Amino acid sequence: MIAVGALLHVKQLSRSPFEIAIALFVPVVQATLAVYLFRAGGEPDRLLEAAVGAGLMGVWSTVLFGSGGAIQNQRWQGTLEMIMLAPRSPALVLLPVTLATGITGTYAMLATLAWGRLLYGIPLDFAHPVAFPVAVAGCIAGLGMFGLLLASGFVLLRHANALANMLEYPIWLVSGMLVPVTALPGWTGPVAAVLPTTWGARAVHEAASGGPVWPALAVCLAISLACLAAGWALMTYVERRARVTATLALA
Amino acid sequence: MRTAGPTHRFPAMGEHAIEAVGLHRSYRSRTGWLRPQRREVHAVAGVDLAVGHGELFGLLGPNGAGKTTTIKLLNTLLVPTGGEARICGFDVVRQTREVRRRIGYVFGGDRGLYDRLSARDNLRYFAELYGVPGREQKRRIAELFELVRLTGRQDDRVEGYSRGMRQRLHIARGLLHRPRVLFLDEPSIGVDPVAARELRQTVADLAATGTTVLLTTHYMAEADELCGRIAVIAGGRIQALGTPAELRHHADGRRVLEVEAYGVTDGQVAAIRARPGVREVSLAVHGAAQVLGVQSDAGVDVQANVLRELGGVRLGRVTARQPTLEDAYVAIVNRAAEPAAVAGRMPA
Repeated sequence: MIAVGALLHVKQLSRSPFEIAIALFVPVVQATLAVYLFRAGGEPDRLLEAAVGAGLMGVWSTVLFGSGGAIQNQRWQGTLEMIMLAPRSPALVLLPVTLATGITGTYAMLATLAWGRLLYGIPLDFAHPVAFPVAVAGCIAGLGMFGLLLASGFVLLRHANALANMLEYPIWLVSGMLVPVTALPGWTGPVAAVLPTTWGARAVHEAASGGPVWPALAVCLAISLACLAAGWALMTYVERRARVTATLALA
Repeated sequence: MRTAGPTHRFPAMGEHAIEAVGLHRSYRSRTGWLRPQRREVHAVAGVDLAVGHGELFGLLGPNGAGKTTTIKLLNTLLVPTGGEARICGFDVVRQTREVRRRIGYVFGGDRGLYDRLSARDNLRYFAELYGVPGREQKRRIAELFELVRLTGRQDDRVEGYSRGMRQRLHIARGLLHRPRVLFLDEPSIGVDPVAARELRQTVADLAATGTTVLLTTHYMAEADELCGRIAVIAGGRIQALGTPAELRHHADGRRVLEVEAYGVTDGQVAAIRARPGVREVSLAVHGAAQVLGVQSDAGVDVQANVLRELGGVRLGRVTARQPTLEDAYVAIVNRAAEPAAVAGRMPA
């Protein structure tokens, strides 16, 4: 059920003209921003790191807006009520949706790297060429699980988009996707430490530019699994609350 | 948490396919930040209902009467604020999953399907969600495409479907897991007459196979043709319940005058309503024309008075006839609205 659900949601997401346009343009913009940012900072030798960071931002945006947007879209198209009406655990119903957004997020990473190579000639010399795809896959799976925790909030809120918009920039900034965590104010440290995005980003960066990949990836997956468990438990409560407050439908 | 409503008990578990006692649902809303104003709307205010196994039951009412909210309370999409309901003997609040296994829900309009997927993919996904075994899915989906006459178009994307086709696909989706109770919420809304007739045929076939159907509709002819019993709901309460023939008695002792007109004003409708012998007045728009329906006591000829009030208005055909189920429905709904209107006129 999870596999078929995720596959069909990927199909549904990837056929949206809006999503296709976003998928085509956003990676170019993000790769350009990252490259010029690092060039201006006098660190042209770290362009691969910039492209990977931009790719991670794309993955995060896809997962966040995928979880929030997909649920809001389902609310708009009247399918949220229909899927929540299924005699299944609500978390099981929504997991394929968040996994599908993670899978489409892979594209954001690949596209950003490809544009970086084509437009700016960034050499794709990964320090750990085998660990890199594993780290990206692990990071995306982790974010998909984190997405389930976010999705529980989106089910409850009729204006899920507002929450998604609010979370996009702070999370990628705090997680060190583009700017190193060490360059941020000290108080952001504890916040960053509990976010799976921080560890996922670290694992991917280490794989690209050299460093211990597996410890960071393991922490990312451990936090993500905790998010999955919390999301699973919360979803049952949230589904009940949504039926009390009547937020499954638009009106 | 359920707080309001009577504490009735059900006579016997599972005796009926659908049972509701004192069902109540209110919504609280808040407007304004500095001086917030709270409002409580009672969408369903004490509905009692018992629908037998295999029955095709109609729920009729004007917009905002509480039809959809009642259905959503019965199908577990909403939690009641009072009262109790059971489907096939299972409580809609405490035994949600048991209820969901036994019900199908179909609503009218364009929504509720994945537009960018094919009809087959839509059914495949919902078959997975409803736990239809993999080996049975293919056969069941083909069977349903046959039933709703979509064979040959099953691999087209839903976004290219007409409203009638979408509606039939909705029905197929609702039937995937062979539900014992099917909720149809205005399935023929916006559907052309030919497609609506096909839909009615599909619904009638379903009822013939023993599926319990609860149908809400605006179309009186549809309810009259399909339903064994009908409940008229207005103001969140059941105002009348019976077979179509029994409901027609609500218009006994009346006659109906129908006037085709162009440009009748609200003032003229009010003036006609105030005429002696007039019981109900309705004004419907059909294309460019208006159809004024005046129900009066059978012994009073109101035609002359009505035509006098309509002086200056261009008129078409004028006919007098016996009341229909629709006239009975108008009488019931207007009667339900009267206390509220009277209360509204009373000084504070």
